[in-house]
Amino acid sequence: MKSDYTEIIAAYKEKPGGIIEAYHALQRAYNYIPEEAVASAAQAFGMSKAEAWGVATFYSYFKVGERGRYIIRICESAPCHIAGADKVVAALEKHLGIKMGETTPDGKFTLEFTECVGQCQATPVITINCKPYEDVTPEGVGEILAKCQ
Amino acid sequence: MAQEMRVLLPADAEDLTSYQGYTNAGGYKALEKARSMDRLDLIEAVKNSNLRGRGGAGFNAGMKWRFSYSVDTDEKYVICNADEGEPGTYKDRILLETVPHRVLEGMAICAYAIGARQGYIYCRGEYPFVVEALNQAIKDAKDSGALGDFEVEVRMGAGAYVCGEESALIESIEGHRGEPRFKPPFPPVTGLWGKPSIVNNVETLAYIPLIVEKGSDWFKSIGAANYPGTKLLTLTGDVVERKIIEVPTDVTIRQVIYDFGGGIRGDKNFKAVQIGGTSGGFIPEELLDTAIDFDSMNAIGAVLGSGAVFVMDETRDIVDVVERIAKFFEHESCGKCIPCREGTKRMHEMMERINHGQGTGDDLSNLERLGLVMCKACLCGLGQAAPAPVLTTLNHFRDEYKAKLN
Ligand SMILES: Cc1cc2nc3c(=O)[nH]c(=O)nc-3n(C[C@H](O)[C@H](O)[C@H](O)COP(=O)(O)O)c2cc1C
Ligand code: SF4
Ligand code: FES
Repeated sequence: MKSDYTEIIAAYKEKPGGIIEAYHALQRAYNYIPEEAVASAAQAFGMSKAEAWGVATFYSYFKVGERGRYIIRICESAPCHIAGADKVVAALEKHLGIKMGETTPDGKFTLEFTECVGQCQATPVITINCKPYEDVTPEGVGEILAKCQ
Repeated sequence: MAQEMRVLLPADAEDLTSYQGYTNAGGYKALEKARSMDRLDLIEAVKNSNLRGRGGAGFNAGMKWRFSYSVDTDEKYVICNADEGEPGTYKDRILLETVPHRVLEGMAICAYAIGARQGYIYCRGEYPFVVEALNQAIKDAKDSGALGDFEVEVRMGAGAYVCGEESALIESIEGHRGEPRFKPPFPPVTGLWGKPSIVNNVETLAYIPLIVEKGSDWFKSIGAANYPGTKLLTLTGDVVERKIIEVPTDVTIRQVIYDFGGGIRGDKNFKAVQIGGTSGGFIPEELLDTAIDFDSMNAIGAVLGSGAVFVMDETRDIVDVVERIAKFFEHESCGKCIPCREGTKRMHEMMERINHGQGTGDDLSNLERLGLVMCKACLCGLGQAAPAPVLTTLNHFRDEYKAKLN
């Protein structure tokens, strides 16, 4: 059961500068920041709505509005780029039938680009809901996706 | 053959991850010692060791602390910069995973020296598992009493490279968009919530307990005289061994790639290495005998930066890699100042055009002109360093650009 977003936000209200921590907590619960939660955060942290939107949209880790249950991020920084990240992208797009930035119609998977996730010892790297997968090959993509149940 | 030297990283058989493991190996003794010292003497000892910041700017840590020490106020902060956004870099993650208490001890020593009671660790959002482990480490150290009245809180970044820049990081802890501040004033005097704040890199802080314990002279005896100590490097790209190493700062780039990294994969030849992360310069074969220390790297128009070592073999397309890097900067520019917001966009446009065979000779000279303007006119280090990959490759690998022109 998803907890109510006002409750999630309220837990961080007393923390100075806590809005970013609150957004993280929202994403942990929903995988994204519900649009209505931004106004609620603005109120809790004594900011204008515009400011709260400004914060939510500044950070590429945050996404306002729905996303899939499994967020797959593909690192496209130079070390992963030369290790063949583009081929992994192509394989993922083919398997899921969606393009980068899109979510599957069943709401299960979202594909996103990311810059380096700090696991460059085994490139190319993807993360699924923050968990890193290393040395990913186009052939291995199917097996990784199958684990997302 | 050059040898690795493990000072910061634990030896292979050593487990210093837990509070127990760390204290069994003598951990938190340095904090005790520091707290028995006069605060100015302590700062003087750190300064004399000539420990220079490992986060990229190479500033003497003790000198920085002295600025905060001198401000007479009740609230001061110690901030550990664990944003580690520089592509190809993961050394701070390894330190936080293997010796978290060494970093906490370093922060506590800094706090005592400058007169702070509150610390923050700003850890990148991509490392939620590190945040969890850190919270455990903090709890263990608090419960045991080792940290005394020093409080530490972990705050998470959220995927903005610019938040590694210290004033943007401070804005982010305050709950704002991570846009760098105009300087001066500098954070050691006016930082978090307007109070004196020391922002130090994870690796810098991890060195502090060792310097307090073993002394400035011990530290100064390691590596290059003007940038002593060891340095963590992360080897990526076409090098045989993609791994993290710890080496004295007087080893050469060639030793790093061939002795430690085992040379180039697949028996191919070397083409270029980019050191310091995505904002570092590209280095050709003829400069490989340069030592990796901060000043030697600057002297060849490159940087040591974060210590990322990204190796490219003879088959790699330099222009294509630089286009990718130019896109990175367009994406990561925070947009606060025009030379960077516009400049990174135009730079990426031109790189894209050239890489797709539609560039002209004018694009090359415009890239150079734009790059020089950005180095001078951008507000923060992001925009100032963004042109480096373009300018250094135009300098060392111009033929590759020319071969792609329309
Ligand atoms: C765009 C940009 C990104 C930076 N990213 C980091 C980073 O991820 N980690 C870090 O320690 N320093 C980073 N820095 C450098 C910091 O501003 C600062 O100099 C450093 O944290 C100071 O610590 P030190 O003196 O211990 O090196 C970055 C600077 C810029 C301009
Ligand atoms: S140089 Fe770029 S990142 Fe830095 S303040 Fe200007 S726009 Fe922002
Ligand atoms: S470059 Fe892809 S994980 Fe670091």
